Amino acid sequence: MSEQQVREFLEQHGVAPGDEEEVRAGPRLLGYITGLGLSILLTATSFFVAGTDLVWQPSIPVALSVLAIAQMGVHLVFFLHITTGPDNTNNVMALAFGLLIVVLVVGGSLWIMAHLNQNMAPMDQIMQMQR
Amino acid sequence: MTDTTLPYSAHGDPHHLRGLVDDALGHEGPAPKRIVTGYGFWLFLLSDIVMFSCFFASYAVLLGQTAGGPSGAQLFDLRNVAAETALLLLSSFTCGLASISVDLRNARWYQAAMAATCVLGLGFLALEFREFSDLVARGAGPTRSAFLSAFFTLVGCHGLHVSVGILWLLTMMAQVYAKGFRADIRRRLLCFALFWHALDIIWVAIFSVVYLVGSAV
Repeated sequence: MSEQQVREFLEQHGVAPGDEEEVRAGPRLLGYITGLGLSILLTATSFFVAGTDLVWQPSIPVALSVLAIAQMGVHLVFFLHITTGPDNTNNVMALAFGLLIVVLVVGGSLWIMAHLNQNMAPMDQIMQMQR
Repeated sequence: MTDTTLPYSAHGDPHHLRGLVDDALGHEGPAPKRIVTGYGFWLFLLSDIVMFSCFFASYAVLLGQTAGGPSGAQLFDLRNVAAETALLLLSSFTCGLASISVDLRNARWYQAAMAATCVLGLGFLALEFREFSDLVARGAGPTRSAFLSAFFTLVGCHGLHVSVGILWLLTMMAQVYAKGFRADIRRRLLCFALFWHALDIIWVAIFSVVYLVGSAV
């Protein structure tokens, strides 16, 4: 087996995210249809929860966040094909690192700014103190 | 001399591969170019998502800073947002259909699915442009308050990404028409599909956090 043949062999047996080397269209089409159906369901639930009086009002932002995260998961699995397969390890590790940064930036900003708002005097008082 | 000869002697393994092919089955050999390209583009997408998370953080912090101006509940038209969401979600689905046609090497279905994706994306942009010009006409432009600055930056940045995506989409339609499903073209198509689906993920966060939570507060 020459090196050229080895390269061809590797080309044929690797799988990248979003692009499975599979000629059968049926299962892949089913995957996209499942993803679309789940997304529509979750989106409709989000819009329903936001507009209804049936849910305890203070819980709505949390419910919307949970629904949004669930829908992002659906998109990652059914559309971007990020799976736990062995050839996807690098992608999943990169995703985990990205998520860490996102959580630090968003959660950290909200946390710090909420504390500043609580502990600082209102802005008009600060302006008077500077005079 | 065949490669089925075991164990690896100088006789049966003239190129000193020593089970390289067997290792490849366990995915330890050099990764094919398609996987490396997909991984690199995935890293770019994640950095893009980190950038968006900064805009999301500033929007969440500035949500209440309306400077006496209109708040989200007074400004946002949720029916318009639902229509935008439907258009972008369907465009993600047709983009998936395009990826399937690429693997089937079916140029006609590919061009049809990409054209549908393009039309849906343009519809999304038209709705967004109408919403923005409506807000500016009502005196709620990006200069009105910190809340509106954060809103226009975040949603406008996503709209900019969609516009660039549509330019890329048209380029890919032309490239497949001119050059066919070559290996390098297929790698570009893989990256485009990842980009378009990632835009949809960011839009999920936008309609949940910006519009639904923003109009509830």
